[in-house]
Amino acid sequence: MDKVKTGGAVYRRLPTGLRYLINTALFALFLITITALADNRVISYSDSKVLMLIAVNIILAVSLNVATGYLGQLPLGHAGFMAVGAYTSALFMRSASAYPGQLMFPLGLILGGLVAALFGLVIGIPALRLKGDYLAIITLGFSEIIRVVILNIDSVLGFKLTFGAASLKNIPTTTTVFNAFLWAGIVCFIIHAMMKSRHGRAILSIRDNEIASESCGISTTFYKTLGFCASAFFAGIAGGLYAGYLGILSPGSFGFMKSIEILVMVVLGGMGSMLGSIIAAVALTALPELLRAFSDYRMVVYSLVLIAMMIFRPEGLMGSYDFSLGGLLERLLNRKSAPLIKEDES
Amino acid sequence: MSRLVPVPSNSFIPERDADKTPILETHHLGIDFGGLTAVSEFNLTMGRTEITGLIGPNGAGKTTVFNLLTNVYKPSRGTILLDGVDTAGKSAAQLCRMGIARTFQNIRLFKDMTVIENVLVGLHHEMDYTLAESILRLPRYWRGEKIARNRAYELLGIFHMEDMADKLAGSLPYGAQRRLEILRALATNPSLLLLDEPAAGMNPSETAELMENIRRIRDTFGIAILLIEHDMNLVMGICEGIAVLNYGKIIAKGTPDEIRSNPEVIEAYLGKRKGG
Ligand SMILES: Nc1ncnc2c1ncn2[C@@H]1O[C@H](COP(=O)(O)OP(=O)(O)O)[C@@H](O)[C@H]1O
Ligand SMILES: [Mg+2]
Repeated sequence: MDKVKTGGAVYRRLPTGLRYLINTALFALFLITITALADNRVISYSDSKVLMLIAVNIILAVSLNVATGYLGQLPLGHAGFMAVGAYTSALFMRSASAYPGQLMFPLGLILGGLVAALFGLVIGIPALRLKGDYLAIITLGFSEIIRVVILNIDSVLGFKLTFGAASLKNIPTTTTVFNAFLWAGIVCFIIHAMMKSRHGRAILSIRDNEIASESCGISTTFYKTLGFCASAFFAGIAGGLYAGYLGILSPGSFGFMKSIEILVMVVLGGMGSMLGSIIAAVALTALPELLRAFSDYRMVVYSLVLIAMMIFRPEGLMGSYDFSLGGLLERLLNRKSAPLIKEDES
Repeated sequence: MSRLVPVPSNSFIPERDADKTPILETHHLGIDFGGLTAVSEFNLTMGRTEITGLIGPNGAGKTTVFNLLTNVYKPSRGTILLDGVDTAGKSAAQLCRMGIARTFQNIRLFKDMTVIENVLVGLHHEMDYTLAESILRLPRYWRGEKIARNRAYELLGIFHMEDMADKLAGSLPYGAQRRLEILRALATNPSLLLLDEPAAGMNPSETAELMENIRRIRDTFGIAILLIEHDMNLVMGICEGIAVLNYGKIIAKGTPDEIRSNPEVIEAYLGKRKGG
């Protein structure tokens, strides 16, 4: 008997080029809509600020997911890489303020990403030799060092660089709903494209079994470092967007709790699931804003949600279910028409 | 099956391989763990298309020999020549690229990846597109992926596993996992394949089929295979040469018939097993 074709299955059978085109068109449509809504004040100014924050947090979550979900490491200092990216691109944008902002901004973001990746390289090479707990401790220490250096470098060395606790001010606020989501989309695509290649499979194989990976000819040291640096790079970009969103930076924003907040998103979404990270980032950014009155209890809610997750759904919201529009369609359509379809019959 | 002829290092290899560089030569190979000498004076030479059995009771040191050959453990003594090249100081990954591939006694698959992805990891170096080319989805990416995927399906065909391609490796039945591990190793395009108890946990008919397939793999790929097994009846059928290991030392080498009738082997190995 012929299997009933679902929307997802049909989508999957389309030529790859066409699928890419459809995905791009859908994403463009989303961008245009959300920008139009924000520009015409259908979405209020403060809500559009929340949207930007959502985009930043999406990048943070999917980038941390590269190191935890895909590479299988447990870094606890993601906010440190974000801080490096934020300050780098903020300083760049301040000094480049004579030039058109929308032109300089991408450069600033990439510069922030690169410097963060450089820090990732310096931390990663020694830290990745150690397993599990040690990596967590080293990255945690690193992010605290970064925070303390940013806080004190001016008063100790007499620079006028980060302005420490007095905050780095007058950063051009170049981040918009449009470019924030554009970058979020670009980052998600790059990670997706990287993971669906021989390089991504090498990274995943290390997570699953390092000895076997090595025995398949994979240079595990190289790919661990690559995964870790990619994770840091995108965190740096998120930092740059964050700087352009806020216009003012102080080291307090990049403390240990920020790293944990990002980690919670990844765990909640399901380790190794990009779609899960995105959903969790949206939910955990939007919810506290919607429930302003309870903002004092945010960390309590986080903890309770995490504990509940561990008990009821230890694999996370999406498990390791990966991002694919075809799969998503298939799921939705299958569910809707479930009583009509008997896939098991042959 | 061709006749075995003697070579230096007190080994025998098939006559058809005798005039070519042996694929593997070990001299005085040994390793100590603390005070315990796990392997010592391990001398073995293998012809380029030979199937050799490495047998011995549990704890004899067979797996340790594999770990030495693949540099998972650093030898305390001795040398290993792979295709005439000394492998000292090479990493396991480099050795794989030089032509050694292996499976593990306790299966080590990439459990949360699909069957075909497992094989594709083995084919990593068959593709040569760069990271940038994959992110930008340039033609070299598509070409490389397509060729590798076709090759992966070909390999899966050896064990008729094409229809499992998109299943998670961890969800396969035990026997299929063992077979997939062999395919993943084959994907790395080895000239020497090391199989650590490939029939463990299989029933007799599965085992017979596997042994036949191992012979077929040797014939189609023209490679050498070193096979660990502790039940020596299993390997008698397909191995040309057999080395018997006991307490880390080779106690006998020769053809299956010679091994079967060797009194020392019967004493140290079969005798004990029959008695126990
Ligand atoms: N990493 C190690 N550390 C200490 N002893 C080891 C190690 N690996 C193997 N051994 C010892 O070496 C001996 C041979 O083990 P093994 O090679 O696994 O035997 P076989 O594969 O023949 O059953 C055993 O006594 C085992 O305890
Ligand atoms: Mg063993």
